Amino acid sequence: MKIEKTIKLFINGQFARSESGRTYPVNDNYARVCQASKKDFRNSVDAAKSGEKSWSSKSAYNRSQIIYRMAEMCEGKRDQFVSLFKTTLSASDKKANEMVDEGISSFVYYAGFCDKYSQTIGSVNPVSGPFHNFTTPESVGVVALIDSDEFNFGATVDRICSILVGGNSVIALLGPTLPAVLAPLSEVFATSDLPAGVVNLLTGHLEELAEVIASHREVRSISYQNESKKFYETVREKSVDNMKRIVPNHKELKSLENILSFVEYKTVWHPIGV
Amino acid sequence: MTKKKAQKKTKAKKSKVTKKKKTTKKTSSVKKTVKGLDFVYDPAPESKAVVHIQNKYDHFIAGKFVAPNSGKYMKSINPATEEVLTKHAVGDEKDVDRAVKAARVAYEGVWSKMPAEERGRYLYRIARILQERSREFAVAETLDGGKPIKESRDVDIPLAAAHFFYYAGWADKLEYAFPGKSVRSIGVCGQIIPWNFPLLMAAWKLAPALAAGNCVVLKPAEQTSLTAMLLAEVLQEAELPDGVVNIVTGEGPTGAALVAHPDVNKIAFTGSTDIGKLIAKNVAHTTKKLTLELGGKSANIVYEDAAIDQAVEGVVNGIYFNQGHVCCAGSRLLLEESIAKDFLKKLQKRMKTIRVGDPLDKNTDLGAINHKEQWEKIKTLVDQGKEEGGDFYQAECKLPSKGYFFSPCYFAKQSGSSLISRLEIFGPVLSVSTFRTPDEAITKANDTPYGLAAGIWSEKGSKIHKTANGLKAGVIWANTYNKFDPTSPFGGFFESGYGREGGLHGLLPYLEVK
Amino acid sequence: MPSVSIKVPGGSRITIPHYPVDMVGAGERASSFTKRSIKKESKLDALYLAITMTDLTTLEGADTPGKVKQLCGKAISPVPAHYLQEIKRLAPDKKIRPIPSVAAICVYPEMVPIARKCLEGSGVELASVATAFPAGQLSLDLKLKDVARAIKFGATEIDMVIDRGAFLRGDYQKVFDEIVAVKDICEDRAHLKVILETGELKTLDNVRFASTMAMEAGADFIKTSTGKVTPAATMPVTLVMLQAIWDYYQQTGKKIGMKPAGGIRTAKQAVHYLVMVNEVLGADWLHPKMFRFGASSLLNDLLRQIFKQYTGQYYYQDIFSLD
Repeated sequence: MKIEKTIKLFINGQFARSESGRTYPVNDNYARVCQASKKDFRNSVDAAKSGEKSWSSKSAYNRSQIIYRMAEMCEGKRDQFVSLFKTTLSASDKKANEMVDEGISSFVYYAGFCDKYSQTIGSVNPVSGPFHNFTTPESVGVVALIDSDEFNFGATVDRICSILVGGNSVIALLGPTLPAVLAPLSEVFATSDLPAGVVNLLTGHLEELAEVIASHREVRSISYQNESKKFYETVREKSVDNMKRIVPNHKELKSLENILSFVEYKTVWHPIGV
Repeated sequence: MTKKKAQKKTKAKKSKVTKKKKTTKKTSSVKKTVKGLDFVYDPAPESKAVVHIQNKYDHFIAGKFVAPNSGKYMKSINPATEEVLTKHAVGDEKDVDRAVKAARVAYEGVWSKMPAEERGRYLYRIARILQERSREFAVAETLDGGKPIKESRDVDIPLAAAHFFYYAGWADKLEYAFPGKSVRSIGVCGQIIPWNFPLLMAAWKLAPALAAGNCVVLKPAEQTSLTAMLLAEVLQEAELPDGVVNIVTGEGPTGAALVAHPDVNKIAFTGSTDIGKLIAKNVAHTTKKLTLELGGKSANIVYEDAAIDQAVEGVVNGIYFNQGHVCCAGSRLLLEESIAKDFLKKLQKRMKTIRVGDPLDKNTDLGAINHKEQWEKIKTLVDQGKEEGGDFYQAECKLPSKGYFFSPCYFAKQSGSSLISRLEIFGPVLSVSTFRTPDEAITKANDTPYGLAAGIWSEKGSKIHKTANGLKAGVIWANTYNKFDPTSPFGGFFESGYGREGGLHGLLPYLEVK
Repeated sequence: MPSVSIKVPGGSRITIPHYPVDMVGAGERASSFTKRSIKKESKLDALYLAITMTDLTTLEGADTPGKVKQLCGKAISPVPAHYLQEIKRLAPDKKIRPIPSVAAICVYPEMVPIARKCLEGSGVELASVATAFPAGQLSLDLKLKDVARAIKFGATEIDMVIDRGAFLRGDYQKVFDEIVAVKDICEDRAHLKVILETGELKTLDNVRFASTMAMEAGADFIKTSTGKVTPAATMPVTLVMLQAIWDYYQQTGKKIGMKPAGGIRTAKQAVHYLVMVNEVLGADWLHPKMFRFGASSLLNDLLRQIFKQYTGQYYYQDIFSLD
């Protein structure tokens, strides 16, 4: 007899059931996942808020190492991912391996960007007057990722990483095609020396969560990668109250632009004198 | 030994020294009785004759001045005299539509097809003409908005010209701005600007938009449309192709019509957070791009080890520059507790030398509050602040009998929850509170939904960097305040809006980067 | 620069605090005073005041008794009587104030006896530079003799130089002690102005610290420069010294005077300085007992501008005596 497992949410570095106790079966009863509630989301925000503090204050080199570690952990769990993709998506062995490759490729790509992206967009500005003036990109804070309805492992990793590079923390609401990916993916994050709360993974329903995501004031930016236009407009409108940055349509993978969508520019002036 | 301890020690020992020397100090005791010249400056008004102001101004659409569809005009008041300065056309949906159409025609037909170098040349021309007519613009700006001539002459107008000059050079170098990317213009931009720096904000908006190859419909603030209309004359003089820039004057509904127009590709707005949010809500259901530069309640942190006399200047410049009508005004002074008392004493002394009065007088430091509603708002908020408590200090200034004037003031001993310390007042009103450690300073500075600017005063380099890193704000002024430059990106975090103006980063909102 | 502990006569110690100065900020503030526009009566007030504050100076190797005598004549009565008559003729409706004498003559000790004679009963003070002016590189006993001689000859004000070499190598105690020693000789017989030679101290931090130290040591005035080093007085340097004076006044209740010297040649500059004094220290310092200009060519431009204020005409540039 098959033992049906329930895949827990990944919040604050912990694997936890939804506080609501709700679960639902996914992928032809491959597994059950938790149906994250508004409260689960709020808890994730609290976790992400404190996670962001320690993550953004780490050295770029250190962030780079940790994201690279994710690539290594992903490689280590290759069999788990491959098996999942084969079982649930009927992917061929080759295709399933390619999907994992794409994810690993994104991890590696963004790992290398942590200590470089600011050199591509930061500037020393030649103001007139005796002042040293420079602009550097900085983290935005807590970012919510509303992932696509269509499952694309490489893209999901790409979206999460592009948020992480700049020192932000992320709460990702995984898409409905393969929510079960939460299980191996969260283990990647849990075992890569990432501070608790920097990445939080949720499964659940966008229609239930869209409004709370958009209206939560601690969420500073939303990566909206879902196909639903209806929710997009809701999210945009509800986001206005705290002037959230909404970033739609990350089509291109492995791109500097993706990173720069989740930074703020800080310009510092200081006099030059003796 | 810290300065403070040293100071105390000096005081303690001083008595001994002076006692010993008392017999030889006759000469200095004589000095104490000296009463010097009571140096009162006579008025030094700038001449109004350099600017010719028409009785009324029409919209500027497709290179021509055209009467408003409604036939209605609104009065523009000189806030220093309460007299009517001129009248501006009131734009309605039809006027806006006409302007957007003109911009579209110019975009499709001329501006987007023109060689980039040529586009740049027009901007250079505009910069030059502004420089040549700078005196006239300065006087007009001061008459219209009440800001001291000293500021319009030395800050607003030169900076406006500098912005055109800076972005002119970008027009044919955009491929170097974002290497490895292809960039193209967006189309028609609707730009809505505030009343605090009328011409300067027009320049901040127009220069990067035009350099990037866009066409524009500009809506100046209803209180201060004069220099925008003079700028229209400059655009004509520069022979800028018709329709590249169109200016529609009017109040809120005019701006709303521009925001709502379906053929506008991008909205750029500078103004209050409330209106910014309204615009963002309206744009939420469209594909329009949006940049917002909104309000702030910026902290000015003074550490014990600061260069105190310069910090006092920085605080004064931070909050009393342009009557405090500055989105990035250092309206929350955070003082290290150990120096708070002495600092406020110096601040009071400095505030007594601020000259409030006729904005056209070259010696005026603080001019008229921009318009009556704002003046009343400031008075109401200050009254409420007084009711809430805290130490209120206001410099005693002789104010003109007419006009909207308000003396510089501060509220000390403000808790983080007081009205004065939270609300953006947009006037010469400073909130003062204290902190004990750098961490506390950073936490208090960040304790606001805004994130536009902040000031840090310390002579210790590593402390400045630590603080600057911790502050959530788009512009950090360390050991200076309220400095602006076309090469320096400006804009805020969080509820202070999104997007940057100025510098390379200021091009981004006006380009599609692929 | 840290705060410095100094031994004072009697054996106890005081700490001279160091207040840092930001050069750019001080420069901006100083230039803000140059944007004040002083017109009409207030300008005339300032021009007259500036004359009464001028220390008319000649400190040349080529100084002769003849030169000093002529300078004294000009100090007592800056313009000949016919000048005022011409003004009256051109501006018959205006009340013409008589042109006052300058504050003092400033000469080398050897010239003091000659100047003393010329100035007798005029009310013009007689200042003498001493302490091995301008370099200050001499042993203390000789410096003190220099001072004593000048006072004996009849100087009522002593402009001493500090030992910049000692200051820059960190021997603040020596700088302090020398001022104290000079002050002891001056006693109540002569006012002591302490020249910091800010052009050699270079940084505003140094200027601020040296100002405080000089005041602690007993200076009645602090003075920027000898006039022999470029730059001499500048607005930012003077601003920093004025701010030091204010802080010292706040802490001790003592009002110390200020004398920028060298480089102030035009009436316009002088008015800028007065505006700065007015806004930093206030009316109490707008008095010759509290503020002086060390200058030689300034006086003629002040006179020319006064002529202009009364008559609307610019007078000949070379008409006033060049002494």
